[in-house]
Amino acid sequence: MPAVQETVARVRSIDVDQYKYGFVTEIESDRADKGLSEDTVRFISAKKGEPEWMLEWRLDAYRRWRTMAEPKWARVDYPAIPYEELYYYSAPKGSSGPKTLADVDPELLRTYAKLGIPLQEQEILAGVEQRRVAVDAVFDSVSVATTFKEELGRAGVIFCPISEALRDHPELVRKYLGTVVPATDNFFATLNAAVFSDGSFVYVPKGVRCPMELSTYFRINERNTGQFERTLIIADEGSYVSYLEGCTAPMRDENQLHAAVVELVALDDAEIKYSTVQNWYPGDAEGKGGIYNFVTKRGDCRGRNAKISWTQVETGSAITWKYPSCILRGDNSRGEFYSIAISNGRQQVDSGTKMIHLGKNTSSKIISKGISAGRSQNTYRGLVSAHRKATNARNFTNCDSLLIGDKCGAHTVPYLEAKTSTAVFEHEATTSKISDDQMFYCQQRGLSSEEAVALIVNGFVKDVLQQLPMEFAVEAQKLISISLEGSVG
Amino acid sequence: MEPDVKMLLSIKNLHASIEDKPILRGLDLDVKAGEVHAIMGPNGSGKSTLSYVLAGKSDYDVTEGSATLDGADLFAMEPDARAAAGLFLAFQYPLEIPGVATMTFLKTALNAQRRARGEAELPTPQFIKLVREKADGLGISTDMLKRGLNVGFSGGEKKRNEVLQMALLEPKLCVLDETDSGLDIDALKIVAEGVNALRAKDRGFVVITHYQRLLDHIVPDVVHVMAKGRIVRTGGKELAHELEARGYADYVEEAA
Ligand SMILES: Nc1ncnc2c1ncn2[C@@H]1O[C@H](COP(=O)(O)OP(=O)(O)OP(=O)(O)O)[C@@H](O)[C@H]1O
Ligand SMILES: [Mg+2]
Repeated sequence: MPAVQETVARVRSIDVDQYKYGFVTEIESDRADKGLSEDTVRFISAKKGEPEWMLEWRLDAYRRWRTMAEPKWARVDYPAIPYEELYYYSAPKGSSGPKTLADVDPELLRTYAKLGIPLQEQEILAGVEQRRVAVDAVFDSVSVATTFKEELGRAGVIFCPISEALRDHPELVRKYLGTVVPATDNFFATLNAAVFSDGSFVYVPKGVRCPMELSTYFRINERNTGQFERTLIIADEGSYVSYLEGCTAPMRDENQLHAAVVELVALDDAEIKYSTVQNWYPGDAEGKGGIYNFVTKRGDCRGRNAKISWTQVETGSAITWKYPSCILRGDNSRGEFYSIAISNGRQQVDSGTKMIHLGKNTSSKIISKGISAGRSQNTYRGLVSAHRKATNARNFTNCDSLLIGDKCGAHTVPYLEAKTSTAVFEHEATTSKISDDQMFYCQQRGLSSEEAVALIVNGFVKDVLQQLPMEFAVEAQKLISISLEGSVG
Repeated sequence: MEPDVKMLLSIKNLHASIEDKPILRGLDLDVKAGEVHAIMGPNGSGKSTLSYVLAGKSDYDVTEGSATLDGADLFAMEPDARAAAGLFLAFQYPLEIPGVATMTFLKTALNAQRRARGEAELPTPQFIKLVREKADGLGISTDMLKRGLNVGFSGGEKKRNEVLQMALLEPKLCVLDETDSGLDIDALKIVAEGVNALRAKDRGFVVITHYQRLLDHIVPDVVHVMAKGRIVRTGGKELAHELEARGYADYVEEAA
C-alpha cells in the first residue's frame, strides 16, 4: 500500500477524539534547567558543540531580547507568557547527536508511525510517477532522523539538521544565517536566535532540481517546553526545491510556546516552494491549553528571476501569529502566498503576508482563504509595498473569508504602500457565510451537516489546496474536515 | 384504523407553523407507489411549506399530525436520513454553492446516500458514465457539470439540474416544487420527459405546479387543490382543466 494511502486511511479512522495527534510519548528526556539566562544559551550551544561565533551570535540575540517587549499589535488575546517558567531545551535522552534510522529509539519511531510520517525510506507512490519524500523529524528540540540523505548527497543537495550543518558546513550557515530574518528582527525571532535548538538546513547547488520533496515534521512532546526551531533553505542559481513542513503536538492543559524562524534565500533563477500543514494542538472547546504559535517566516528573492512561493494550511494552535513574507529584491522576481487559515473553538489567528517589492518588474500574488467557526477570531493582515525603484511592480491579492455560525469573527487588514507610480496593485476581498439554506439543500441530498460543511469549505479553499504537493493535498483536505468537526449543529 | 402499509406517503392532520404563524392547518394526503399526484393552489397557500416540512427544514415546527414514508416516521429523522430513506425535493429555488463543482456535489450526495443505506460507494469511472448518460438526456453539458453548483446557471438550467439529481439519486418519493416555472417550452418537454422516464411502479410523485401545461406532459393520476394550508378538493386530471378555466376563487372562500 502506498504510504499516502495509509496516511489518508489513518486520518479517516478518527473517532470521538477530535485531536488524533494528542498522545504523549513516554521517553526519558534530557532538559536544560527551567528559565532563560545566558547560562541556558551556553548550555544549548555546548550541547550542540557549536563554534564560538555561533555562541556569540546567540548571546548577542539573548541580550538584545532582554531589552525588547512582546509585540501587541495583532488581534490576539492571551495571558502573559511565563518565559521564566519554560524549558528551553529538551532532547530525547541519548539523542543529542544525529543518528541513523537504526539508532533511533523505537518508541520515537512508533510515535512517527502514529503521526503518519513515512520515516522509513519507503517510496511514496502517487499516480504513474514515483515520487518520494525525504523527511527530517524534529522531536521537541532535536532532529532525530533524516532520511534519503545519501541519495540527496549524490545530487549535491544538503538536507540535514541545522545543528549538523553548523558542524559540517559552517561556512554556508554563517554566510546565510540571519541574513533574511536578522537576530534583531522582532521579539520572537530574537528569542529564537538565542535559544533555537534545531531545525532543518537545506542547500541546493547551482542548476540542481532537487530530486524529491523535502519534508520536516515537528512535534512538541515535553510538558512546558518551548520549541524553537530554525530552518534555513538556500536555493543556489537556477535550482529548484519543494519543501513541506508538518506540525503536531500532544494535548496538554497548559499552553506551549512555539517560536520558529524560517529563512529562505533564492538566488538568480532559483525557485523555492515552501508548504506548511500546521496542526498543533488548538486547545479544547473552552480554550484551555493549545500551542502559542509565534512564527517568523521570510523568503528573500535575492537574485534575478527568483521565485518563492509560500503555501500554508493552518488548522491548529490556540494562537497563530504568522506572516510568511517575500522580499522581492532581484529584478523580475516573484513571490506567492497561498493560505488557508481555519479557526474553530476559541482559536485566534492573526496571519497574512508581506510582499516587499524592491526590484524592477517584480510581481506577487496573494490568495488567502480564512474560515472562522465556533467562537474563533480570524484576521488576515497583509502588507504589499513597492519601493521607489520597483518600477512596474505588480500585485494581485484575493482575500476571502467564510464564516460558519454567528459567534466567530473574520477581519481583513490590508496595507498597501506604493512609492512608484508604475506599481499596479489589485485587491479583491469577500466575506460570506454558509447559509442555513445551503446547509439544508445539501442535507436534502443526503449529506450530514458535517459533510455539508466540509464540502462547502473544500470548495472555498480549492484554489489554495491545488498549490500543495499532491500527496499532501489529500491529507490537508481531511485535516480541514476534522478541524471543523463540531462547528455546526 | 390500521396504517396502510402500502401507502408510500401518508400525511395525517398535519399542522405546521413558521415563527408561530400556522401555515399548514390539518392537511391530509396519501400517495400510493406508482402514482403521480399534482398539487395546485394559490400563492401563499402553503405548497412549498408542505415540501419543506416533509424534507425537514428546521425553520418549521410541526405542531400536530404525522407523515410516514413507506411506513417510517419522517419527523423522527434528520433531513439527510429522510433523503437516504428515499425522499427527494426538487427545490422551487435551487441553492448555489460556489467552488463546489456540480459533478463533485452529485458524487458526494450519491455516495453519502449509498453509505447511509449500507451500500458500497460507486467507483468513479462508473459514476462519471452514469452522470454523463443522465445529463445528456436532460441537455446538460459537460461544461455545466464542471461549474460551481448552480452558480451562474440560468433559471431553466437550475431546474434541469434538479431533475438530473433526482434521476441520479433514484428516490422513492419525488416532490417537485414548481419545477416547470422558468422553463421555456422546449426545456419543459425535456424536463417532463426526464420525470416520465422515472415513473415506476415503486415510485411516487408529488408535483406542485401552477400550470395545466406541465400536466399535459406529466399526466397525473390525482389532482389536489390546496388552499390555506389544507387540501380542499381532490379529483382526476380533468380537475386541472377546470382550475385553469375558473381559477381558485371558490376554494379560497370555502377554506376561509
Ligand atoms: N419566515 C416566514 N415568516 C412568516 N411567514 C412565512 C415565512 N415563510 C413563509 N411564510 C408564509 O407562509 C405562507 C405559505 O408560503 P409557501 O411558500 O408555502 O406558499 P406557496 O403555496 O408555495 O406559494 P407560491 O405559489 O407563491 O410558491 C405564505 O403566506 C408566506 O408568506
Ligand atoms: Mg411555493
